Amino acid sequence: MTSNLRAETVHFDSYDGKSVEAYVALTESDDKVGGVVLIHHMPGYDEASKEMVRKFAANGYDSVCVNLYHRQAPDVSSDDAAAAVRALGGVTDEQLVGDVRAAAAYLRALPNSNQKVGVIGFCSGGRQSVLAACSLDLDAAVDCYGAFVVESRPESTMTSLVDILPDLSCPLLGLFGLEDEYPSPDQTETLRQLLTKGGKEFTFHEYEGAGHGFFAVDRPSYRPEVATEAWGEIWKFYAQHLSGKK
Amino acid sequence: MCTYETERIALTGSAKGAEGWFRATDATIYFDHPVHFGAGHALMVDVINPALGASSRVGLELNAESARALALAILRSLDGIPAGLLES
Repeated sequence: MTSNLRAETVHFDSYDGKSVEAYVALTESDDKVGGVVLIHHMPGYDEASKEMVRKFAANGYDSVCVNLYHRQAPDVSSDDAAAAVRALGGVTDEQLVGDVRAAAAYLRALPNSNQKVGVIGFCSGGRQSVLAACSLDLDAAVDCYGAFVVESRPESTMTSLVDILPDLSCPLLGLFGLEDEYPSPDQTETLRQLLTKGGKEFTFHEYEGAGHGFFAVDRPSYRPEVATEAWGEIWKFYAQHLSGKK
Repeated sequence: MCTYETERIALTGSAKGAEGWFRATDATIYFDHPVHFGAGHALMVDVINPALGASSRVGLELNAESARALALAILRSLDGIPAGLLES
């Protein structure tokens, strides 16, 4: 399915009362549709992230990506903003959850919303997608090769999510490369065991011939056959969990 | 993966960025996903002045071998200079 869409930059208030910038792509369907919050990766609120937002709308979902770096570095290029925020210590988990909450509320307030909202993130955003799904009332979460979900990064603020995994509020789709070291197949297995033990609904796909970043079309890690197959899994997963009425 | 680890140092000097010369006050050094260089990871150096805004930045993205060669060349250059000149 390919939907007509309208894409633009908007601003809305987030959890701290501050206005944040976001890129939205909205379906022009009058039918009720689900929404997707895309969490941009650590390199920033960039063209690749915005392209994915449009991809979700083209496939029938209202979609939004908050510029997580807007507070500290407004109105500059995405790479300058990423460098500035990194120098300041990065995005806190509290901010991430607050901004995803605001983005989900934005989507649910749209006239054609069916009140179902999913989240997706790649790389650092993969961990943050799981974090959001453990902290907020969401309907589907996709973790694309997020590291530090089941282990903390030594000497870093990047902490394991093991303690909050019991709070996972929705089904989780995990997409990983078997040649990835962060997360490694062993770490993915640990996550699988924890979710199984906790009785959580999840589906994992681990792809041969792929490492970290296999979705990234503008990077040498791109693996087109794997990415195409994995996109198919995303569409199937969101169709199952984000369609219909809530 | 994103490493999340960043070295930060204070600097005294100037750098020329997209908007011209600026006084450089800090540098961050990290090994992570580059924006432009075609590799999965790179040694990144940002020479910045946060007080002037995020656009006051000179960025480098180097492979590990180049980064080590650059670091050693900087040290060799400084080691070859008479001590009196280094104080200026």
